[in-house]
Amino acid sequence: MKGFWRDAVEFFPILMNGVALTIVVTIGSLLLSTVLGLIWAMMRVSGIKALSMISASLINVIRGIPIIVLLFYLYFVMPDLGVTLSALQAAILGLGVAYSAYQAENFRAGIEAIDKGQIEAAQSIGMGWWLTMRRVVLPQAVRIVLPPYGNVMIMMLKDSSQASTITVAELALQGKLIASSTFKNTSVFTLVALMYLTMSIPLILLVRHFEKRAGKR
Amino acid sequence: MIELNDVHKSFGENEVLKGITASVQKGEVVCIVGPSGSGKSTILRCINGLESYDRGEISVEGLKVDRDAPSIVNIRTQVSMVFQRFNLFPHRTALENVIEGPLFVKKEPRAQALERGRALLAQVGLAEKADAHPPQLSGGQQQRVAIARALAMQPKAILFDEPTSALDPELVGDVLGVMRKLADDGMTMVVVTHEMGFARDVADRVLFIDGGVIVEQGPAKALLNQPQHPRTQDFLRRVLHPL
Repeated sequence: MKGFWRDAVEFFPILMNGVALTIVVTIGSLLLSTVLGLIWAMMRVSGIKALSMISASLINVIRGIPIIVLLFYLYFVMPDLGVTLSALQAAILGLGVAYSAYQAENFRAGIEAIDKGQIEAAQSIGMGWWLTMRRVVLPQAVRIVLPPYGNVMIMMLKDSSQASTITVAELALQGKLIASSTFKNTSVFTLVALMYLTMSIPLILLVRHFEKRAGKR
Repeated sequence: MIELNDVHKSFGENEVLKGITASVQKGEVVCIVGPSGSGKSTILRCINGLESYDRGEISVEGLKVDRDAPSIVNIRTQVSMVFQRFNLFPHRTALENVIEGPLFVKKEPRAQALERGRALLAQVGLAEKADAHPPQLSGGQQQRVAIARALAMQPKAILFDEPTSALDPELVGDVLGVMRKLADDGMTMVVVTHEMGFARDVADRVLFIDGGVIVEQGPAKALLNQPQHPRTQDFLRRVLHPL
């Protein structure tokens, strides 16, 4: 145990560099997946057949490819096609696109859960599609969507570790590098696990808060 | 001002409107009565384009109702609707519900919309509930807010789709009272209802609908007191004397 604390003090600063990158990757891909997910969801519920079909197929293609393969594709294959991305860019893009499919399905479920009468009421006062979405449907859907959205945030935090496979020196990769050069596997990976857990706990509490609030109505 | 000419409408195999021809004059109160599933609500929903129709023509002030044409927005701002289940926006206060249309559809200045909104809530007897959210209001209060919301669009006519059917019996009177006042003020109203007392006292004309056709129509008192058609007689007997 004493050894662990000594190791912890020694490795903590290096691992914090990893934590910083983990946070960058998580937030970056979270924002991207939210925007893309919203776009896919809006296409799905637009009522325009072509748009909804494009979106549905896109979601299925994205869902059918493992995140790690998507990352390899962006980082190793895209340069052959003339598009060179930094490891960080590829990680954010890959995770963002991969998770946009889940976000889209979540958003769509939230939008479709809104009572049809709400949409009719909006139409009956002369609102068009976009105004109905913006003023009536989306504000109500947010309440429904937030708890699962919080869960996606937690999953993305943990899945950001997959960026290590394309050389992004986030927390998991930093840990692996230290472990392989010091052979202090137990100390290092215990520390890494604790740091992920520490980052997850505020998110877990946030989800609980969302769920309580959603339950109130 | 509202004209229906041989309107047909089917849901799949089921033809719910089999040639409805009727008209509503300015300032007139027309009640539509009839058994459940007879197509009463569908008529209202076709008039403001919440539902499409297959054949015939509906026009409002000479403008053809076509739910896929841009002109439908124009029609909907002239013909408001009050729903059976209120359909207030639960995430907004009573006052916000009322000013939503004026503010975002009609682009009224905020101060003016607020002032009118408060006046309308006062008109339906809910001035003190302006800041309450719909879930905090009783069904009768919610429906009165919904009427204020419809009025806020300054419509030429209001369609009421069974406005008191979802209410506890003791709350029905408040809503009917507000509607009666509107009628007295000369508002053009088309009301689908099971409240025969309201139809008799307030309506100018009553249409009795069964099986997707107008079986009988005429001045309210005459039709409800001396129905001519056997189906009307049978329906009224069962509604007025259920035991």
